Amino acid sequence: MIVAERKPLDEIIGFIKDCKKILIVGCNECVTVCYAGGKKEVAILASALKMAFLKEGKELEVKEVTLERQCDQEYLEEIRDIIDQYDAVVSMACGVGVQFMAEKYQSMPVYPALNTLFMGGAEEMGVWSERCQGCGQCILGQTAGICPITRCAKRLLNGPCGGSTQGHCEINKDLPCAWQLILDRLKALGRLDDYDRLISIKDWSTERSGGPRKIVREDLQQ
Amino acid sequence: MRLSYPDSIRIIQVPCTGRVDVIHLMEAFQRGADGVYVVGCLEGECHYLTGNLRAKKRVQYTKQLLDEIGVGGDRLEMYNIAASDGPRFSEVAREMDEKIRALGPSPIKTMLQKLHADDLSIHV
Repeated sequence: MIVAERKPLDEIIGFIKDCKKILIVGCNECVTVCYAGGKKEVAILASALKMAFLKEGKELEVKEVTLERQCDQEYLEEIRDIIDQYDAVVSMACGVGVQFMAEKYQSMPVYPALNTLFMGGAEEMGVWSERCQGCGQCILGQTAGICPITRCAKRLLNGPCGGSTQGHCEINKDLPCAWQLILDRLKALGRLDDYDRLISIKDWSTERSGGPRKIVREDLQQ
Repeated sequence: MRLSYPDSIRIIQVPCTGRVDVIHLMEAFQRGADGVYVVGCLEGECHYLTGNLRAKKRVQYTKQLLDEIGVGGDRLEMYNIAASDGPRFSEVAREMDEKIRALGPSPIKTMLQKLHADDLSIHV
């Protein structure tokens, strides 16, 4: 999922300080699962903003809506009939949802309520960590299902650096060394031969450094 | 025992403090409560095992939110009292009443009263 967290309230208040009526739009997908921008968080933000405004002697009218997805045109259409009644939209989606909202409703100010952080998973309740950087050329098949692009601070492709100490990374002693994890798992799987096979120089053009990426599937296009 | 507690306190019953969510606490303040406290069973004695521990964390989170918006997290507290401990319940009620009176009226309540002075439907 895409993992995000709420921006400081001051920052959100700064966006909408001159508004009288706002629409807070949550998203039922990733940000619901990571407790950042689902229906519940929309209600809490609405309440907090109303109180912050009241404290300054102003009343803020807030409409709460949570869409199935904000990264999908058809769900964004659901607010077309009501959006013009508001001074601004505060989107509690990830950066993708905020941008799709802004693209769809050109004349409406759209503000983000979240900081979008990474693609990751829930290690346990309340703990999320990064697992994928979307490099565009997955090498998990050779690395025992552990991604050195994401989990190694140096994104090394062929074994650990000299900073790996007792299984931990030199940048943070709480951070496991990705290559130690890979080696341990390859050993457990009886696949240490994979470690001897060199991973060739990676083509980073499929990663973010190649510019914004796009997929066109003609078989699906209408 | 015929113990008394301040009449400023309004009790809202829930099956377990684990049922209390951040939004419930926020709404109480939004509607003009000067203070809110959550009373759960003693830690380790929750009938549902961890309900009161969850409530404790949610209270902490809400305190931060209230601080962020300037209402003040110290207007919200959590207490753990055994269901059979009437004297302690009464003592905590007085303690909280005194604490909130010392803090004064909530800024939200003050503004609601100011903005809706003519509206009798708003009771704060």
